[in-house]
Amino acid sequence: MEFDYTEEQRALQDTLQKFIARDYDFERRRGFARSAAGYSPAAWAQYADLGLLSLPFPEAYGGLNGRGTDIMVVMEQFGQGLLLEPYLGTVVTCGGMIRDSASDAQKERLLPRIGAGSVQIALAAYEAAGRYDLAHVACKAETQGNGWRLSGRKSVVVDGASAQYFLVSARSAGKNGEREGISVFLVPREAPGVILSAYPTQSGGRAADLQLQDVMLEDDALIGVAGRGLPIVERAVDHACAALCAEAVGIMTALNQATLNYLKTRKQFGVAIGTFQALKHRMADMLMAAEQSRSMAIIAAVNADSADAAQRRRAVSAAKAYIGEAGRLVGQEAVQMHGGMGVVDDLIVSHYFKRLTMINLTCGDADFHLAYFSDTLLPAA
Amino acid sequence: MDVNFTAEEEEFRAEVRRFFESELPKDIRGKIELGRRVSKDDMVRWQKILYRKGWGAANWPIKFGGTGWSVVQQHIFEEERAQSCAPPQNAFSLKMLAPVMQAFGNAAQQEYFLPRILAGEDWWCQGYSEPGSGSDLASLRTSAVRQGDFYNVNGQKTWNTLGQYADWIFCLVRTSTEARQQQGISFLLIDMKSAGVSVRPIIMLDGEHEINDIFFDNVKVPVQNLIGEENKGWTYAKFLLSHERTGNAGIGACKQALKRLKTIAAQQPAHGKTLIEDVRFRDRIARLEMELMALEITNLRVLSGYAKDSKALGPEVSMLKIKGSEIIQSLAELKMQALGHDALPYVREALDLGWRGDALLGEHYKPYAPPLSGQYFNQRKTTIYAGSTEIQKNIISQMILGL
Repeated sequence: MEFDYTEEQRALQDTLQKFIARDYDFERRRGFARSAAGYSPAAWAQYADLGLLSLPFPEAYGGLNGRGTDIMVVMEQFGQGLLLEPYLGTVVTCGGMIRDSASDAQKERLLPRIGAGSVQIALAAYEAAGRYDLAHVACKAETQGNGWRLSGRKSVVVDGASAQYFLVSARSAGKNGEREGISVFLVPREAPGVILSAYPTQSGGRAADLQLQDVMLEDDALIGVAGRGLPIVERAVDHACAALCAEAVGIMTALNQATLNYLKTRKQFGVAIGTFQALKHRMADMLMAAEQSRSMAIIAAVNADSADAAQRRRAVSAAKAYIGEAGRLVGQEAVQMHGGMGVVDDLIVSHYFKRLTMINLTCGDADFHLAYFSDTLLPAA
Repeated sequence: MDVNFTAEEEEFRAEVRRFFESELPKDIRGKIELGRRVSKDDMVRWQKILYRKGWGAANWPIKFGGTGWSVVQQHIFEEERAQSCAPPQNAFSLKMLAPVMQAFGNAAQQEYFLPRILAGEDWWCQGYSEPGSGSDLASLRTSAVRQGDFYNVNGQKTWNTLGQYADWIFCLVRTSTEARQQQGISFLLIDMKSAGVSVRPIIMLDGEHEINDIFFDNVKVPVQNLIGEENKGWTYAKFLLSHERTGNAGIGACKQALKRLKTIAAQQPAHGKTLIEDVRFRDRIARLEMELMALEITNLRVLSGYAKDSKALGPEVSMLKIKGSEIIQSLAELKMQALGHDALPYVREALDLGWRGDALLGEHYKPYAPPLSGQYFNQRKTTIYAGSTEIQKNIISQMILGL
C-alpha cells in the first residue's frame, strides 16, 4: 500500500505548480478564457514540451507510459489553476481511447501527433435527446463502397471548438438505445459535410455541436470493430470521469484554502469571522468532504486502468457520484462564507465554483452515477 | 500510488481468517451474528483463546506480550474480526489503559497488571466522565487526598461502560485545586472490591444495562496505584485519547453491517418484490457504501502515513471518528427501517440466544429482526462518546485548520 506520490509524480506536480504561478495566474487565465481560442496555444505548446500530452501513451508511440494516478497528478493541477486547455478531451479521453482500442496503424498515425501538440481530438458521443445515455445514438453510419457515410448530430462536444478530429459514435446497426450496433469513427473536421458550431461554456472553455451531413469516410476511419463501439466509448468516458474527479479535488483543495484564508482575515464585529463556531464546524465539514473526495479520486484513478469494465465502471461511478455531491457542498459553502465576495466575477472563488458545478454536469451527474452504482447492488438475476 | 495490500499482508489476512474460522466458539459467533446479548464470560473466553494463540493484544509491543503488529496488520485483524462475527476485546484494558501503563507506569505496575490483562484475568473499566464533566473533562471534581500511604477518594464517575463486570477501574481524579484545572489531575488505579465503591446501573434507551454510575465514598487507594507523577494525569489522559481514537473509523464493523443490511434488504418483502429492488431504499444503501468506500481509503491513507513516519496519530483521526460513527449509525438506521413495522415488537428475551419468536410473533418473526431497533437506538451513542462530533469538529478546526 502506498498513497504518496512517487518522486517523478511530485516533480511533475511541482513543475505544474510553478508553471501556474509564473504563466497562468488568475488575470492571465481570464484573458485566455476571453480570447478567440478560449485557451492558451502557448501553454499547449509548453505542455507538449513537458511531455504532458504524451503522458498516458506507450513508449512505442513516444509516450511516457503514464497510468491513471499520473493523470490524477496533472488533472489536480488543472483544477488548482483552472487551466483551460483541451487536455481532458484530447489526451485523456480520445488519446486514451486510441491507446486502448485503435489499430496499430491508427496509433502510429495519431498518438505521436497528439503528444507533439499538433493534433487535438474531441469525443462526440452525446446527443441532444439522450442526456447522459451513451447508447442513445441516432446518428447513422452506413457502409458506402469501401468506406462509411455518416449523418446526424452530436451535442455538447467538450473541447470540440479547437479540435481537428472528432471521435464520433454512430449507429451502424440496431435501434436507438440498444447497446449493440454502435461504431466509432475518426472524423476530420475538414471533411465535407462536417458543420461545427462552437460556443463558450460556463466554466471558460469551449464546446461545440456537430452536424454530420453525409460525411464520407475511408474504411480506416473505423476505431475497433463495427457495431461493438459502445464499450470503447464507455471506457473512454470512464477515463474522462476519473480525470474530472481529480480536477474537482484540485478545485476543492484550492477553494478550501481560499475560504480558510478568508475566515482568518475577514473581520466583522471586531473579530475574524473564523472565530465563529457556526463557521468553524462548516469549514471542518468542507475539509472532510475534500479528503473523502480525494480518497474517491484515488479509487477512480487506480481503477481507470482496469480493462475489467464492470469493476472499472462501478468504481468510477461511485467516485463521480460522490464527488459531484461533495463538490456541490464545498462550492456552495465557499461562496456562502465569502459573503458578497463569493458572488463577484473579480475573485477566483466564483470561477472555481462554476467549474466544480460544470464538472458535475459533464459525463453524467451525481444522480446518473448514483443510479448506475446503486443498480450494481441488485442481486444477480 | 498503490491501494492494494502486499502479498505478505494478504497472507496474514488469510491466516487470521483461518484462525477465526476454526477457533471462534460457535455459540459466540451466533450471538454476534444475530445481535444477541454477549456475556462477560463470552468475552473473557474469547480473550483467553486469543491469548493462547499469542494474539491477546494486537496493539501492544512484543516486550509486553503483544503481537508487535504494524498498524496495517492491526487494521486487517480488526476487519477480519468483524467479518467473522468475533466479539470485540475489552478496549478499556487493551487499548486505553495498557498504552498509558506501558508509557508512564512503573515496572511493578507493568509486571503485575499487564500479564493479567493479556490473560483475561482482570477486567478494567474507565472512570473519566462525571455528572458535571462531559466534553469539558478537565473540570472533573472526584477528589483524591493524600493521607500517608493512601489516597482518600470521594466523588462520582458516570457513563462508565461495563463497570458491572470490572475488577479494576482507572480514574482521573483531582489531587490539586491550586493551579489550572488541567494541572491538578492524577491518574489512579482503583480496585473495584475496595470498601466504599458502589456501582449503580444506568439503563440505556434500548433497555439494556451497558453503563453505570460509580460512587467513591472514602475509598482508600494505596499510593503505589498512582500512574506516573501526581498532577500529571491530564498529560496521560491526552495520550490515552490519541490511542482511543486509533481504529475509530471502525471500517471492519461498518463493512460487516453493510453486508448484513444488504442481506436483510434482499429478504424483506416490498411491493411484491424485495426491498433492495425498491430504488429509493437501494439508493440509501448505495450512498452509504460510497461514503464507506471513501472512508476505507481515507483510513488507510492515515494509517500508512502513520506507519511511514511512526509519529503519533494526529488530529486527522477526528475525521475518521466523525465519519465512521455517522456511517455505523446510518447503517443501523437502515437495518431497522428495512424491517418496516416488524421493527415495533420489543421482547426483552428475544436477545437471548435460542429464543424463538414464532410462537409469539408468528409470521412477523425473523431471526435477524429482534436486535435491530435496539441497535439503532443504542448506536446514537457513537457520535456522543469518545469526543462528540462537535468536539471532534472543534479539534479539526483548531488543530488542522488553525481557526
